[in-house]
Amino acid sequence: MSSEVLARREAVRTDRTARFERMVEIRALEDAVRGLFAEGLVHGTTHTCQGQEAVSVGVAAALRPTDSVCCTYRGHGMGMALGLTPQQVCGEIMGRVVGSIGGVGGSMHLCETSIGLLPTMAIVGAGVPVAAGAALTAQVRGTDDVAVAVFGDGAANIGAFHEGINIASIWKLPAIFICENNQYGEYSPIAATTPIANIADRAVSYGIPGEVVDGQDVDAVNAAVEAAAARARAGDGPSLLEMKTYRYAGHSRSDTAPYRPAGEFEKWYERDPINTFGARLVAEGLLADGEPEKITARVTEQVDAAVAEVKTADSPGVASMFENVLV
Amino acid sequence: MARMRMNQAIAAAIGDEMRENPDVVTFGEDVAVAGGPFKTSDGLLEEFGPLRVRDTPIAEMGFMGAAVGAAATGLRPVAEIMFVEFLGVALDQLVTEAAKFNYLSGGTVRVPMVMRASVGAGLGFGCQHSQVMESWMVGSPGLKIAVLSGPGNAYGLTRAAIRDDNPVAVLEPRILYAVRGDVTTGVEGIIPLGQAATLASGNDITLVSCGSTVRTCLAAAGEADGWTADVIDLQTLQPWDTEAVLSSVARTGRLAVVEECPYSGGWGADIVAKVVSEAFGDLSAPPMRITAPDVHVPFGKELEQRYLPSAEYVTAQVGELLATGESPPHWWERDGALV
Ligand SMILES: Cc1ncc(C[n+]2csc(CCOP(=O)(O)OP(=O)(O)O)c2C)c(N)n1
Ligand SMILES: [Mg+2]
Repeated sequence: MSSEVLARREAVRTDRTARFERMVEIRALEDAVRGLFAEGLVHGTTHTCQGQEAVSVGVAAALRPTDSVCCTYRGHGMGMALGLTPQQVCGEIMGRVVGSIGGVGGSMHLCETSIGLLPTMAIVGAGVPVAAGAALTAQVRGTDDVAVAVFGDGAANIGAFHEGINIASIWKLPAIFICENNQYGEYSPIAATTPIANIADRAVSYGIPGEVVDGQDVDAVNAAVEAAAARARAGDGPSLLEMKTYRYAGHSRSDTAPYRPAGEFEKWYERDPINTFGARLVAEGLLADGEPEKITARVTEQVDAAVAEVKTADSPGVASMFENVLV
Repeated sequence: MARMRMNQAIAAAIGDEMRENPDVVTFGEDVAVAGGPFKTSDGLLEEFGPLRVRDTPIAEMGFMGAAVGAAATGLRPVAEIMFVEFLGVALDQLVTEAAKFNYLSGGTVRVPMVMRASVGAGLGFGCQHSQVMESWMVGSPGLKIAVLSGPGNAYGLTRAAIRDDNPVAVLEPRILYAVRGDVTTGVEGIIPLGQAATLASGNDITLVSCGSTVRTCLAAAGEADGWTADVIDLQTLQPWDTEAVLSSVARTGRLAVVEECPYSGGWGADIVAKVVSEAFGDLSAPPMRITAPDVHVPFGKELEQRYLPSAEYVTAQVGELLATGESPPHWWERDGALV
């Protein structure tokens, strides 16, 4: 498994067409989740990331597998961008042994150390100080790895965010704090909970660089993370990057997003990260006319096949409950 | 008397207290505009307005601390923690600040606040969103803890908690929010904190339950063949109704405490310890605890059901205790249980 995961990671790191394919793959899996609900195959909840694919893939493309990534319950996209297979993610969503951690975690809990993905955390803000700690390991051991925390806009208001970034700054840790500003924290629009327009502005108070990035443009995300990573690897300390993006679906399974103003989704969809990137690759001559559509059809079929395969997999047995509680 | 779901009973209780007392305010994440993630504050913003009903940022320490400060200076805040695990980032404010202010002020600063939190397993939320966590609070003097077991006591305990002059944690089993039942509303419906409810009477054993295990015990007693039980809903874990438990055990001679939490550190250990110390002579069998194992709440539906003590399991354990006179092994200690 880990060689396939690493190969998938390498593809995204080196090949922009692969980045397009990965974004399509993430969208296809997230869309398939809805069908799984309807079939009664998902226990509990899920948090999908349609609309935010460029952030996941742009971040993963800039990092090495030896870098550490702390991510949230909205982790399917980040996990697959880093290299997890659709089977591993879907397996976790459905609680099957083929899942990323053997089906014992559910949708919110993915992990794959071969690509640097630490256990994804379902507590808002938890990953920020944990990433500082992972960066401390790199600093103490003298490697040039970095640690990344990916979190939401809502997380920028919790203590862990401030404490974690401040520690990373005073210790000049090789960390990158990536805020995925998808405009909502659960059902609340960001303006209802956050008195400033740009979370990146908070970097000033920690004495680190802060940058607003177009999170719908995978190239822009990638360039910003590359630059922050270079800075961190050179020993110049952490950065705060704010990716402006949009969550197409509701917060979680049960949310139909009735609080969203009319026309807002449509406005964001005009700049859909997959459509715009596909068109750019065609314009640059990297893809032929009509090829993005063909790729989409092929990748969607592969994802559907992966989902079908997971449906036939076993669920973990009772013994799994007692495993890995203590080392 | 009105028929409502447990989440509606909670909203009704908060609303009735807010109507009677302008010092009562409520806040939490998506509590106001959305009416609460579990609809436990539906309609309150519309009736009482944004001065008293507020959405907060995702900042549990911030708003729990604000509840402490507001309570210390005259208000009666009801702060909602969406899942009890999120109390982890705010625990200081509840157990180390709120619970100690009265003591640290020579009795001059009271903290009449309520911390409401949804708790428990059964809905497939995985191990970071399914715990009960009474153990974070039971060992904290200066704090009362009420646990809801359905719409019936949700209304009365919530109102009592808001009226109490101490900080009170109200734990709400998430799996029960949608359960419907009869609710006595109005002042008559208020249930004093510290008072248990005996929901069934029998002769052979005392089943002590709380929160989600109340209905488990009632079902177990209902299925029992050849024995009958007192079923006690403690309702308040701190302070708990020792009199109700001791007097029942004095009659039945046997005790089983049924808890949703893991075995180690569970609240039932205190119940058993008290009964053993103070009523040893009344016992005709060793007191027994029926709990979840010392593991994380599993995600899968079947495993999650296996994790939780079921009515069938309670019936079987009690049957074995009665048959053998000895405390039976837990399910996970039995041969072949883990395959
Ligand atoms: C400490 C804590 N408080 C509350 C929650 C419940 N919760 C889960 S996701 C969420 C919204 C988070 O919003 P944001 O940080 O913007 O991330 P997004 O979900 O939009 O990706 C909330 C309030 C939680 N998981 N942890
Ligand atoms: Mg958000």
